[in-house]
Amino acid sequence: MPIRIVPDDTNINFFAAARITFGASVVAVIASIILFFTMGLNYGIDFTGGTSIRTEAEQPVDIGAYRDALSGLDLGDVTISEVFDPGFDDDQHVAQVRIQAQEGHESVSNETMGAVEAALKGVDPTLEFMAVDSVGGKVSGELIRTAVLAVVGAMAAILVYIWLRFEWQFSIGAVAALVHDVALTIGIFSLFQIKFDLAIIAALLTIVGYSINDTVVVFDRARENLRKFKTRPLIEVLNISANETLSRTVMTSGTTLVALIALLVLGGDVIRGFVFAITWGIVVGTYSSIYVAKNIVLMLGVKRDWDKPSTPTGGQFADVDA
Amino acid sequence: MLHIPLWRRILIWAVCLAGLLLALPNAFYERVERSNDAEAAIARGLTTDELEAEAALWPSFLPDGLVNLGLDLRGGAHLLAEVQVEEVYAARMEALWPELRDTLAAERETVGFVTREEAPEGELRIRISEAAGAERALELARGLATPVTTLTGAGASDLQISMNGTLLTVQLSEAEKAASDDRTVRQALEIVRRRIDEVGTREPTIIRQGQDRILVQVPGVGSAQEVKDIIGTTAQLTFQPVLTRTTDANAVAPAGAEVLPSLEEEGVYYVLESAPVVTGEELVDAQPSFDQNGLPAVSFRFNPAGARAFGTYTAENVGALFAIVLDDEVISAPQIRQAIPGGSGIIMGSFTVEESTNLAVLLRAGALPAELTFLEERTIGPELGQDSIDAGKLAAIVGGVAVIAVMALSYGLFGWFANIALGINMILLFGALSMLGGTLTLPGIAGIVLTMGMAVDANVLVYERIREEMRTAKGPARAIELGYERALSAIIDANITTLITAGILFFLGSGPVRGFAITLGLGILTSVFTALFVTRVLVVMWYDRRRPKTLRI
Repeated sequence: MPIRIVPDDTNINFFAAARITFGASVVAVIASIILFFTMGLNYGIDFTGGTSIRTEAEQPVDIGAYRDALSGLDLGDVTISEVFDPGFDDDQHVAQVRIQAQEGHESVSNETMGAVEAALKGVDPTLEFMAVDSVGGKVSGELIRTAVLAVVGAMAAILVYIWLRFEWQFSIGAVAALVHDVALTIGIFSLFQIKFDLAIIAALLTIVGYSINDTVVVFDRARENLRKFKTRPLIEVLNISANETLSRTVMTSGTTLVALIALLVLGGDVIRGFVFAITWGIVVGTYSSIYVAKNIVLMLGVKRDWDKPSTPTGGQFADVDA
Repeated sequence: MLHIPLWRRILIWAVCLAGLLLALPNAFYERVERSNDAEAAIARGLTTDELEAEAALWPSFLPDGLVNLGLDLRGGAHLLAEVQVEEVYAARMEALWPELRDTLAAERETVGFVTREEAPEGELRIRISEAAGAERALELARGLATPVTTLTGAGASDLQISMNGTLLTVQLSEAEKAASDDRTVRQALEIVRRRIDEVGTREPTIIRQGQDRILVQVPGVGSAQEVKDIIGTTAQLTFQPVLTRTTDANAVAPAGAEVLPSLEEEGVYYVLESAPVVTGEELVDAQPSFDQNGLPAVSFRFNPAGARAFGTYTAENVGALFAIVLDDEVISAPQIRQAIPGGSGIIMGSFTVEESTNLAVLLRAGALPAELTFLEERTIGPELGQDSIDAGKLAAIVGGVAVIAVMALSYGLFGWFANIALGINMILLFGALSMLGGTLTLPGIAGIVLTMGMAVDANVLVYERIREEMRTAKGPARAIELGYERALSAIIDANITTLITAGILFFLGSGPVRGFAITLGLGILTSVFTALFVTRVLVVMWYDRRRPKTLRI
């Protein structure tokens, strides 16, 4: 007999601790917003402009020596950090050097790059530039605009889609869950000052996509059960729906997390921030579809006018599962 | 009850087979790549035994589309340049000034003395001393304007001229500015393409982006700095007298002459006088046109100094050949049919319309029309790219094995059906990527790993539903049928919303992020297909054979 991760016929009362869970979510979102405004995000050069160089050398990284070598070049703000990854060889020492955008240039000039390379090679002749990214102020401004537009646009599109397919209360609930997930992800990036770049925006959108996926499955069941149990109170129906879909929620989150953890550990440091964002987002996304989205629906209430099944309010496909 | 029509089964397996065939080349990546390169060379007209052998590395009856590797995996340079289109306005005004001055000076009695005044860049301000001559001056200036040559700006004048008292102000009209910007960016694009092609790297991407930007992606170069150096060099265009034409590559040039190859004709060389008659710096414009017989030709115009030199030379050398040389290659070597005074002329030859258009572009493309400012540049070393591929592969394999284990443990036999579907899903995903010429990037690999995790979702939804339906006990067949039926709406809703976000990522993202959107979006489509059709066929085939009384799911 196959193993059941979640037993059949669970009967967990997800609303028992509604005050606590929902309260915790509200507090976490507010804390994230406060973090965002006080600590800010560690924006990558995609959004601030500047140059980021990934160096690799055979000798261990000496941040002080790197800094001294570059201090004479009058580059303004320079940050140097060492990069670690379990996949590196013993003689593979990687550092990330970041230089602010230079006056009078959009992307970095060849002269500046030449000077930086010469200075760092002076410290360690085995040092090589593995990757260089340089973004001018003009493009970074546009990237920020596009990124915000993408996240807001995705949420708006989902709001409309859920509204068309379900009731507006579900739509608000779903988007509230999304805002919760995105806010919490931004919060943790702010708290740990993890580099926030263009890829993280893609991760945020993935979280939006995944979280909505989860929420929709629970909602779909709630819609079905609302028709099945016409007289039961909304809270019970929502609870039954959550219990019925619990096994699926745990399974899918489980398989996705298993795949992502493999990527997080083995996928290399280049995409670690990106994978971390998605992994975190899936954890909070699963939580939010159980504890946030449904609470909102419960608060808003659903008009339960299911007397005429011939005119489904659920939208054009609603007959399929009726 | 559990019946799938034969035609549908055939269709489902046909799709899987097609996916497998399309994905197959990627399993032999290097081999297919070499074969494709050789085939491309043969198509260009080069044929050697070696190339034939290379081409035969991959059978021609099999699909040979490969998933392109993005720069972040292959290594290379990515640059975004902005063309400073405004520079051209100023240059145009500078060129107009002598002409306008001479025109006005010719009617000194009416307009009086002409003086040029300080003006913002791209504007020409001229003061005349006779207020009474204002109207005539305006008329004369307007006479220099020509209609704009674009589809949209048809009928509009290229100059915007106004008279305020005795001050004549001239600048390019909005229509002409738009047309000029377009021309400038096209020219710049053409030059950048020529520069980079000369270096001969594989498959550079050089495309226009937005109004005035050019995106350059060159795989395999060491750094963006190198690419900037290449683009930065100015093209050298010259008009040189031809001494002889030869097919001998080792022809010895006499003193003061040089041997240069022809660009168009393979194996043809020209012996030219080294000192050019005129250079491209003196060329003002070149446009595709037609000669008096209605055959495609290219008309060009020199500045006054160039015109004088060119006029004198052609007058003295009617019947001789002169070569148009670009970067030490002879573009064409037409015969001088008559003296060409006035600085404009026409190059005739056996051109097609396309060739004459290209030649005009090349001529104009001699030097960058305006400066390029680099807004963004990224270099990824090939080693880092390879590390990323290795790490991504390992993570994908480990992640895949873990997902398979979880599914098998949770659903037993049905889990294996889902696992087979997952494998087919990956094959279809690669097949679709190859067919669409999609680019695989590092975030794209993450998208694939994520797809593996999420792909089983649709199956999980169905299986959980079957479990539930089993409890209301209407027999296994009915439970399976209801499971698929009732899980459908959740599957559709859940996947459409994810597809929406993938779509938004695709349209707003660039480069690596777009690669992620592609794999995520295609992954959703293939996973829904495999969950709804492939596993279903597998389940039904199993059921038909075994007719179980209960389901162990």
